[in-house]
Amino acid sequence: MSANRQAAAVSPWRAPILFAILAVLFLLEGTVRNGLFSGSWNTALAILNMGLISAITALGVNMQWGYAGLFNTGVVGFLAIGGLAPVLVSLPPVDGAWAAGGPRLILALLAGIGTLAMARIVHVRTRRGWAVALVLIGGFVAYRWLFDPAVTAIEANNAARAGNIGGLGLPVLMSWIVGGLFAAAAAWAVGKVALGLRSDYLAIATLGIGEIIVAVLRNEDWLARGVKNIASIPRPVPYEIELQQNPEFVDFAARWGFSVAEASGIWVKLCYMLLFLVVLLAIILLAELALKSPWGRMMRAIRDNETAAEAMGKDVTARHLQVFVLGSAVIGIAGAMMITLDGLMAPTSYNPLRYTFLIWVMVIVGGSGNNWGSVLGAVLIWFVWIKVEVWGPNLIGVLVGPLPDGDLKAHLLGSAPHMRFIAMGLVLLLVLRFAPRGLVPEK
Amino acid sequence: MQSPSQPQPFLSAQGMRGGYGKADILHGCTLTVDRGQIAVIVGPNGAGKSTAMKAVFGMLPLREGRVVLGGEDITPLSPQDRVRKGMGFVPQTHNIFPTMTVEENLEMGAFIRDDDVRQTMAQVYDLFPAVAEKRKQAAGELSGGQRQQVAVGRALMTRPQLLMLDEPTAGVSPIVMDELFDRIIEVARTGISILMVEQNARQALEIADIGYVLVQGANRYTDTGEALLADPEVRRTFLGG
Amino acid sequence: MDILNALVAFLNFVFIPAAAYGAQLALGALGVTLIYAILRFSNFAHGDTMAFGTAITILVTWGLQSLGVSLGPLPTALLALPVGIAATAVLVLGTDRAVYRFYRAQRAAPIIFVMASVGVMFVMNGLTRLLIGVDEQRFDDGARFIIAVRDFREWSGLAEGLALRSTQALTVVVTAIVCAALFWFLNRTKSGKAMRAYSDNEDLALLSGIDPERVVRLTWIIAAALMTIAGVLYGLDKSFRPFNYFQILLPIFAAAIVGGLGNPVGAIAGGFLVAFSEVAVTYPWVKVAGYLFPGWQPGGLLQLLGTEYKFAVSFVILIVVLLFRPTGLFSGKSV
Repeated sequence: MSANRQAAAVSPWRAPILFAILAVLFLLEGTVRNGLFSGSWNTALAILNMGLISAITALGVNMQWGYAGLFNTGVVGFLAIGGLAPVLVSLPPVDGAWAAGGPRLILALLAGIGTLAMARIVHVRTRRGWAVALVLIGGFVAYRWLFDPAVTAIEANNAARAGNIGGLGLPVLMSWIVGGLFAAAAAWAVGKVALGLRSDYLAIATLGIGEIIVAVLRNEDWLARGVKNIASIPRPVPYEIELQQNPEFVDFAARWGFSVAEASGIWVKLCYMLLFLVVLLAIILLAELALKSPWGRMMRAIRDNETAAEAMGKDVTARHLQVFVLGSAVIGIAGAMMITLDGLMAPTSYNPLRYTFLIWVMVIVGGSGNNWGSVLGAVLIWFVWIKVEVWGPNLIGVLVGPLPDGDLKAHLLGSAPHMRFIAMGLVLLLVLRFAPRGLVPEK
Repeated sequence: MQSPSQPQPFLSAQGMRGGYGKADILHGCTLTVDRGQIAVIVGPNGAGKSTAMKAVFGMLPLREGRVVLGGEDITPLSPQDRVRKGMGFVPQTHNIFPTMTVEENLEMGAFIRDDDVRQTMAQVYDLFPAVAEKRKQAAGELSGGQRQQVAVGRALMTRPQLLMLDEPTAGVSPIVMDELFDRIIEVARTGISILMVEQNARQALEIADIGYVLVQGANRYTDTGEALLADPEVRRTFLGG
Repeated sequence: MDILNALVAFLNFVFIPAAAYGAQLALGALGVTLIYAILRFSNFAHGDTMAFGTAITILVTWGLQSLGVSLGPLPTALLALPVGIAATAVLVLGTDRAVYRFYRAQRAAPIIFVMASVGVMFVMNGLTRLLIGVDEQRFDDGARFIIAVRDFREWSGLAEGLALRSTQALTVVVTAIVCAALFWFLNRTKSGKAMRAYSDNEDLALLSGIDPERVVRLTWIIAAALMTIAGVLYGLDKSFRPFNYFQILLPIFAAAIVGGLGNPVGAIAGGFLVAFSEVAVTYPWVKVAGYLFPGWQPGGLLQLLGTEYKFAVSFVILIVVLLFRPTGLFSGKSV
C-alpha cells in the first residue's frame, strides 16, 4: 500500500538473520539472569507462546492488509468472539441450563436472524421504508419476548457457580476451528456492509463491531458469565500437578537438573508451543499456497491497482470480502487458542490498544504483505512489549537515581508503564515513514 | 534578448520540449499570442495539445525552450506565480468549487487580490448574465454550460492578460458552444489574449486569429484561422474534409 | 393520563441529557469532519487528542483552584480552556509537521493517513497517561444546578422532578456559540472560504493562489479548539476518564458519517441524532409510560437496549447509513 513497493533488492539472508537474533533473545531470556533478562525458561516460554498466538493474529491481519489493503480496527473483537468458542465447545454442560431456557434461546436467536432476513426481503421486494420498519419492530418485540425469559431462567440456574448456558463438553482443540468460524461469520456481516465503500469506512465499522463484541461478552452473563469470568477451561495438554505426581516425570526432571515444579511448567509450555507451531506453520503453508495460486495473483493485482482490476471485470468487493472473512477467521482461531492457553475467559481484559493496535504495530514492523515478516514482527514486538515492562522502570530508575526523593521522582517512576504506549506509537510511525516495507519486505 | 523596438508577441513560448516521465510529449512546440488575439490549438488526439498549454502554464517541467510573457522570461515560475504575472487558466474538468456559490467561486478566483474586486465581479456578471442571476446558488447545481461560464469567470477575476482555456466546450451542446465562443470573442475584445485548446476544431478556427495544428508534440501548420480552414491539406487531414 | 408528569420525566431523563451529549458529539464530529474535508482522512487519534486537551485543561484548572481563582457559578475550567486549546494546537501542529505533512507531499493513500493517525493515537494516549494517569478525575466546580429537583417539585407541585445541571446548560450554550463562530468563519471570512474551496477542489484552490499549508494549519488549529472544547465539556458533564475518550470515537465517527463526512452542518445534525437515539434506546420508558397509561402494567422496564450497549446504537446507525446512504444525510465530502 505504500508508495515504495517497487522493491530494492533485499538480501535473502535478512529474514534468517533476524529470526536468529530473535532466537538469541529468547535464549538469553531463558538462561541469563540480570537486569535485562529473567533467566527463567518458564518466563521465556510463556512470552514465546503468547508471541506465537500474536503471530497467528498478525497473519490474519496481514492477509487483510498485506494482501488486500483492508484496515481492520476491530481485531480485539474477532479475537474475543474466537475466544468464546472454547467456552461454548469445550466446557462441560451446565446441569439444567439447557432445560431452563436453551430451546427458547435458540428460537430467539433464530427469530432475530429471521427478522433481519425478512427485512431484507421486504426491502428488496417492496422498497418501502415503513414496511421494513414494521418488520423490524415486530421482529424485535418477538425476539425480546422469546429472549428475555430464557436468559433470566438460564442466569438463575445455579447462579453462584454457573448461570450460563454451558458448553458441549467436546475436545478443546475442536473449539479452535469453531472460533475461526465465529469470527468469520462476524466478519462476513461487517464486510458485507462496509466493503466497497470508502476505505476509511471499513476501519470505522470494524472499530464498532470490535467494541460491540467485547460489550456482549462483558454483559451477556448467560453466554460466558460476563465479568464473572470463566476459569478452568479444559486443556489440550497435561496439567502441571499431574506431571508432578508422575514418578517418571520426577525422575526425568531430576536427570536434567530442574526442580519438579519448574520442569512441569516448562513441559506444559513446550507442549503448547508445539501445538501453536503446528497451527502457525499450517496457516503459513496454506497462506503461501493461496498467494501463489491464481486467486492470490488476482488478490495482489487488485491490491496494486484496484481501478485497473475493476476495469478488467474483477469483482473487487467480492474478493475483498473473501479475504476479509479469511483473515478474520485466522484471528478467531488465535482468539480461541489464547483462551485455551490462559484457561480463563475474562472479557474485561480485551483492551483495543493491546489487542488491536499492538497487532498492527507487529504487522507493520514485520513487513506488511510478508507472512514470515508478520511472524517475526509479532514475536519480536511481543517480546519487547513484555520486557519493556521490566526495562522501563529499571531504566528510569537508573536515570532518576541521582534525583532527590520526592514527588517528581515518584511521578517519573510511576510513569514508566505509560511510556510503552508512546514507544509503540513512535515505532509504528517511524517504521511507516522510514521503512514502510518493514523488517522483512514482501518479495 | 530581443530589442524593445522590435515588436514581439505578448506570449511567446519557444521550442518547448518536455513530458511527465522519461518520454517527451512535446518535441519543440512553439506558441505565440498577441494582445487581444485568439489563438487556438487543434490537432488529433494525443498530439499534446493540452500538454502544450500546461507547459505554457508551468504545470509541466520543460527540458528545453522558454516561455516569455510580456517581455519577461517566466520559464522557472510555478503556475501560482504565473497567475500573479497575469495568466488565467481554466482546466478542462474540475474547474469550479461545486459546493460554493457562484459569487464565492468568483471571490476565490480573486483570492490573490487584496484590492476591491467588486468592479471585476460586475464585469464578469455583465459578460455572463445567466450566471449573474444565480450568484447565490451552489455552482455545482448549475447546468454544464453555466458551470463553464463560472469557470471562465473565476479565471477572469485576477484580471489576467492571457486567458488559457482547456477544451472549454467539451461536453456541452452546440448551442451552448456557440454562446461560449461569443463570450470568448467578447473577452478578447477587451484586450485579453486567449489561448485555447479545442476539440471542435472547425468552429474554433472560425473565431481564431491564429491557429496551431499540433501533431506529435510539434507544430505542423501555423496560420490564421481563416487560412487554415481554407487549406485543403488541413481540411482533409484534420477537419474531416 | 398524566401528560405533564410524563413530559417532565421525558425532559429530565431523555431530552436534557441527550441534548448535552449531542452537543458534545457535535463538536467532536465537527472536528472529525473538518479534518476529513481538508486532509481527507478519518482521524483515529481524535478521541485521544480530546483527552490530551482535556487533561491539560484539568491540570491548569487545578492550578487555578489552588490559587483560589474561580469564576463564581461557572466552572473554573472555562478559564483554563484557552491554555488547553493552545497546548493542543501546538501538539497537533507539531504532529502534522512531523507525521502527516510527509504523506501529504507523497500524496499517499488515505488509508496510510489513517494508519499514521493510529500511531499518533498511541502517542497521544501515552502522553495523556503520563500527564494525568488513567483514573477518573472530576474537575467541575461552581454551581451544580440551575434547576434542582426539589426546587422544581416545590415550584410546580408535580410528582416528577426536573434537574438541569449547570454543566448541561453550559455545554449547549458553549456549543451554540462555537458553532455560530465556526459557520461565521467558514462562510464570511476569506480564510474560511479558502478552507471550503480547498476542500471542494484542491487543485483549483492551488491555481487560485490559496496556500495549502496555511489551510492545513488553520484546520488543525480549529480542530484543536473543537477537540479541546468538546473534551472539556464532556469531562465536566460526565467526569474525565482517558479510556472513555477512546470509546467516544465510535459515536463521533457515526455522527460525522451520518451527516456526511466533510459536511459541518451534517456533523452537528449527526451528533444530535446519534445522541438522541442512544439515550432514547437505552432509557427505560416504564416511568413515562406509567404516567401516560396509568392502567397499564408493563412486564419489563420498556428499555430497548441496556446502557452497556449504547455504542451498539451508534454502530447500528452507522451501518444503516452505510447501507442506504453512504454519503450521509447531508451528502458529504465538502465543507
